[in-house]
Amino acid sequence: MLIKSTYNEFIKIAAKPRSYLGLVAITVLVGVILFALKADGMSFISFVTASFEQTLSFEGNILNGNLVAFIVLQMLVIHIPLLVALVTGDLVSGEGAMGTIRMLAAKPISRSTLLMSKFFAGAVYTLLIVIWLGIMAVVVGKWMFGPGDLMVLNSDGLVILQDADINWRYVGGFAVAFLALLTVSSLSICLSCFSDNSIGPIVITMAIIILFTIIGTLDVTIFDNLRPYLFTTHMASWRSYFEDPLPVADINKSVIILLVHNVVLITIALIKFNKKDITS
Amino acid sequence: MNDKIIEVTHLAKRFGAFEAVRDVNFTVYKGDVFGFLGPNGAGKSTTIRCMLSLITPSNGEVKLFGKPLAAHRSEVLRKVGSIIEKPDFYKYLSAERNLELFSRVSGGPTSKKEIHKMLDYVGLKGRERDKVAGFSHGMKQRLGIAQTLIHDPELIVLDEPTTGLDPQGIIDIRNLILQLRTEHNKTVILSSHILSEIEIIANRMVIINKGNSIIEGEVANLLNEQELIANLEVDDVLHATTIITDHFPSAQVVSSKGQFLQVSTDRELVPQMVQALAAKNIKLYSLESKRKLEDYFIKMVKN
Repeated sequence: MLIKSTYNEFIKIAAKPRSYLGLVAITVLVGVILFALKADGMSFISFVTASFEQTLSFEGNILNGNLVAFIVLQMLVIHIPLLVALVTGDLVSGEGAMGTIRMLAAKPISRSTLLMSKFFAGAVYTLLIVIWLGIMAVVVGKWMFGPGDLMVLNSDGLVILQDADINWRYVGGFAVAFLALLTVSSLSICLSCFSDNSIGPIVITMAIIILFTIIGTLDVTIFDNLRPYLFTTHMASWRSYFEDPLPVADINKSVIILLVHNVVLITIALIKFNKKDITS
Repeated sequence: MNDKIIEVTHLAKRFGAFEAVRDVNFTVYKGDVFGFLGPNGAGKSTTIRCMLSLITPSNGEVKLFGKPLAAHRSEVLRKVGSIIEKPDFYKYLSAERNLELFSRVSGGPTSKKEIHKMLDYVGLKGRERDKVAGFSHGMKQRLGIAQTLIHDPELIVLDEPTTGLDPQGIIDIRNLILQLRTEHNKTVILSSHILSEIEIIANRMVIINKGNSIIEGEVANLLNEQELIANLEVDDVLHATTIITDHFPSAQVVSSKGQFLQVSTDRELVPQMVQALAAKNIKLYSLESKRKLEDYFIKMVKN
């Protein structure tokens, strides 16, 4: 029944116009960034390289596909959660608003199965968003700007990664980014179980992300103990794949914290959805 | 006829301080068309939702097909088709896609052939690929009936199935329900505000009021089918009243107003009454006989 219900959820997601909003938005946003970098990318890069030019000399294709993809990801990873929440925040509450939850919940499918099918469908949608972002940033970026070594400015300083050593880092980075976005998806599905209107969970999801991000960036000691456990702190962990040497322990810690968030949020959603009286 | 399809015992549901259902009890047997009556806010919809596990009861038990719903939910709901209040569908999907989706989770067929056959059965032939967003209320109601029947359930629960339908739509749904009982031996629970509808279709019924079931039984027995209310339009009401009271002591003149006379009587006496009035040169302009569910319902609810 889980497979059948998940298939149903795919059909619904595929038929909703708002599901394509994310793909269109990524295409337009990445397209604009790529166009801007193509037109005037060197002056943009010179802001970063200027401080090193007295001690280092840069040769070759600095503004290459790898750097462009990295810049795109830096710019967009904060905005992608909204595109994910737009679809996943509507998965349960949207059915409540339409009245179809009444029809579905009276069918011989358990509520847990119904919710898990929505979670899996939301996960696949999130994966598609991440894959499309990868195609637009890495594949199109490399096609437009060509290959080359990647210069990354970290808190520890400038890291230069060779072209041959980069693709696997993107795969790892996108995997962590997917896990971070999956947490956003789980959060919005969880909130969706508490509401019968589809706008509320989307707005609250974004409000939580903004609030946690502010807490994460505020240099105030009162939040020091809380900060490492906020999922937003680990949403940028994909960047760890572009450090040398690879901070394996930090990546593992981020992955575990994001996984725990997913498990907790889905458990809360399951408890709430199973106990919910459907009166709409 | 003695197989119990539904047993509801001491059902209660509380939303905070509000008691939507206090103590509802009734039994539905195989092959019944069971009328579910009650004024607005009586607890009909809450009871039906409890029967379909949409709402968890605060107290009492619902058994479907002899098994407790709480413990055998998926197993028993496989044999149930339902429309609750109004059928809602995914507006951005076509009729056939909607039906396919609901059939898939009901354990019904999902092939185009079967889906189209069902849509044809409910009168939606030619509209299979149209999006539900463009459907009228009547068309959605027909699609609702289709999703109720697609997995060939034994029990069909219809909550206000004729609300918002035009007269032809009401007749179609009524005929469909009768057909389900007579040709397919389905058990049907029908909740409706339209008392004449219940009177025509149902063989058994329960009346609930203020969250309590107040009476349950065979419609014929409860209404005493032999009795009816005859509305007579005559030229001389006083004379007609005298004739009726003199010649038909068992009949009771309920009211008289203008040229209208309302008489409660055995239906077998009506032809004789008409003959007696004609013999005394009373002009009878119209005769309308009304059965008594409406009166019965009002009496029970008031009591």
